[in-house]
Amino acid sequence: MFKLSKKQIIYTSLFTISLAFIFKQLNEFNFYAQIFMLVTTILAGTSIFKKAFSALRYKIIGIDALVTIAVIGAVLIGEYWEAAAVTFLFMLGDYLESRTLEKTRSSIKALLDLAPKVSTVLRDNKEIVVSFDQVLVNDKVIVRPGEKISVDGIILDGNAYINQSSITGESIPVYKSINESVFSGTTIESGYLIIQAMKVGDDTTFAHILQLVEDAQDSKAKTQKFIEKFSAYYTPSIAILSIFMYLYTNDIELALTIIVIACPGALVISTPVSIVAGIGNGAKNGILFKGGESIEKLGKIKVVAFDKTGTLTLGQPQVITIKTFGITVMEALKITALGEVFSEHPLGKAIIQKANDNKLNLSDKISDIEIITGQGIRFSYAGKTYKVGNRLITNINLNEYEDDIRQEELKGYTVILLSDEKHLLSLFMIADTLRKDSLDLVKQLRKHHIKVVMLSGDNQRTAETISKQLTIDEYYGSLLPENKVEILHQLKKKYGLVAMVGDGVNDAPALASSDIGIAMGQAGADVAMETADVILLSSDVKKLAYALKLSRKTVYTLTLNIIFALTVAGFLLAGVLIKTVNLSLGMLIHELSVFIVILNAVGLLKYRDK
Amino acid sequence: MQNRIYQLETVTCPSCIKKIEGMLKQIEGVDMYEVLFNSSRVKVVFNEEQVTSTLIKAKIHQLGFNVLSEK
Repeated sequence: MFKLSKKQIIYTSLFTISLAFIFKQLNEFNFYAQIFMLVTTILAGTSIFKKAFSALRYKIIGIDALVTIAVIGAVLIGEYWEAAAVTFLFMLGDYLESRTLEKTRSSIKALLDLAPKVSTVLRDNKEIVVSFDQVLVNDKVIVRPGEKISVDGIILDGNAYINQSSITGESIPVYKSINESVFSGTTIESGYLIIQAMKVGDDTTFAHILQLVEDAQDSKAKTQKFIEKFSAYYTPSIAILSIFMYLYTNDIELALTIIVIACPGALVISTPVSIVAGIGNGAKNGILFKGGESIEKLGKIKVVAFDKTGTLTLGQPQVITIKTFGITVMEALKITALGEVFSEHPLGKAIIQKANDNKLNLSDKISDIEIITGQGIRFSYAGKTYKVGNRLITNINLNEYEDDIRQEELKGYTVILLSDEKHLLSLFMIADTLRKDSLDLVKQLRKHHIKVVMLSGDNQRTAETISKQLTIDEYYGSLLPENKVEILHQLKKKYGLVAMVGDGVNDAPALASSDIGIAMGQAGADVAMETADVILLSSDVKKLAYALKLSRKTVYTLTLNIIFALTVAGFLLAGVLIKTVNLSLGMLIHELSVFIVILNAVGLLKYRDK
Repeated sequence: MQNRIYQLETVTCPSCIKKIEGMLKQIEGVDMYEVLFNSSRVKVVFNEEQVTSTLIKAKIHQLGFNVLSEK
């Protein structure tokens, strides 16, 4: 037997069914009309019948089986036109649906296609081209303009403008040179690099991202699970209804029509197509959703809580001013920096940075080092004992300085004190710079009726000042990680769904205990990738607003699809029961509704932030 | 135990998934399976002493789904 492609079958059966239709309308050549109807039924129906029978072998009744029963029934009662129309519409619908479905998945596919395939490595001073998964750690990888970097690594030689949009969603190329790190999946626009491979193959950040997106598209949303359960009961109930109606009315055509509409195709497909389009749109814009559940929840969020550092602020505290009492600024800076070298506190880094900026020599020895958690550090240097930290660490009377300190704190600075046994020697005013779009973000969130909350480990006054600058509704300062978790629970009780935004570095417990953990910035922070539900690949805070709008839009599309599908199914069933909808019309409406639901989801792919 | 992922042609109807799942359930030696609608993939864990990958592929094909690749 000769084999036709799907397209050929569609065109041929379109031709035969048209002839059948013309003859039927002319009401002449009725014999030929019937022949053409049967030919169409066989042409379009063969693959449907085949699928139905192969499934029957495993005792599974799918939509093919239902259509087959209806078609065979129609032929048996002499309704050749109905049989031809039903098979033709079903086949055409299936074809068009698969074509459009591919579109909803195209964004994700495009991302997967970005994965590097080959790589040039330098081994024994020879350049060889290997498949990307054969590159070894510590290999020297050569990348030229237009080529993709296939490893995560460090630049050994050369410099280049690199397009990192696949990792960060940011399409402006970044200049990088020796000792800077580069990511797999990014493309060199101009320049030349020799890279030492640190992470290769499936261990690279890009491979993790791809894996995440691949898994995300099929991680089911709650709605989807519910609908699947619903349709698992719907189809058999309708089938029983069909038998019941036949026994009751003895109307075989009615029974067959009921069977054709027993599969709630549009309803079942409504959720997965919307979700895949939403996830695809996000992935293209540097936003990774871990699955349908995350996108659905984010779309319904009531509160966004920020861990201040690294999200609303840059996360790089800087020394703004230094006040001294009886010693020089440089002396104070040097002593404090010597101590801070041993503390791992982020504020300490700001002081060390400042000392380095002033080219101070920090190799002097200090002794008797004692770190007091929550207070600061105590140490001996050049025969004297010094204390660096907050108020709690000094045991001297601060009364005469209290006004000074408080005033600085009101400006939003965190104040670090340097003192010896008897005197306060210096105050360091440290502040973290706000990101330039933070205020705009908070305003946008509020416009969408979302409560904005800030959780901070800084003292209450600093938290207050920053909150005022950003017009944040509620703030909590002086928090330890476990306090953050506690407050999140309170917020959940009070307002509903709570999202927690962190930089993913040290807020894993908070991210995990919120309804939706959102990690931002820091491509390559693996902890964040694991605990967060949504990952913003770039440190652009505007992406958060986009993620939120996209989720809402996705939930809206999804809800619209479900309502539409249910309405159509209801009308269809009613129409069939009162006999205004016959076999072929039933099939036409069924296929059209599926098609409309998919098209609605395709629209989501084109959604952009205005 | 073997772990395989089969990439199928675009799967169009969620009811197709039920079909493939129902079929896999009945193969002796298949321990775990998951049919993914959006990515059109089938994940199977099976005991290679009882069943082969070739057989699983053939059965999927019989149901009317082309297997594009496996890994």
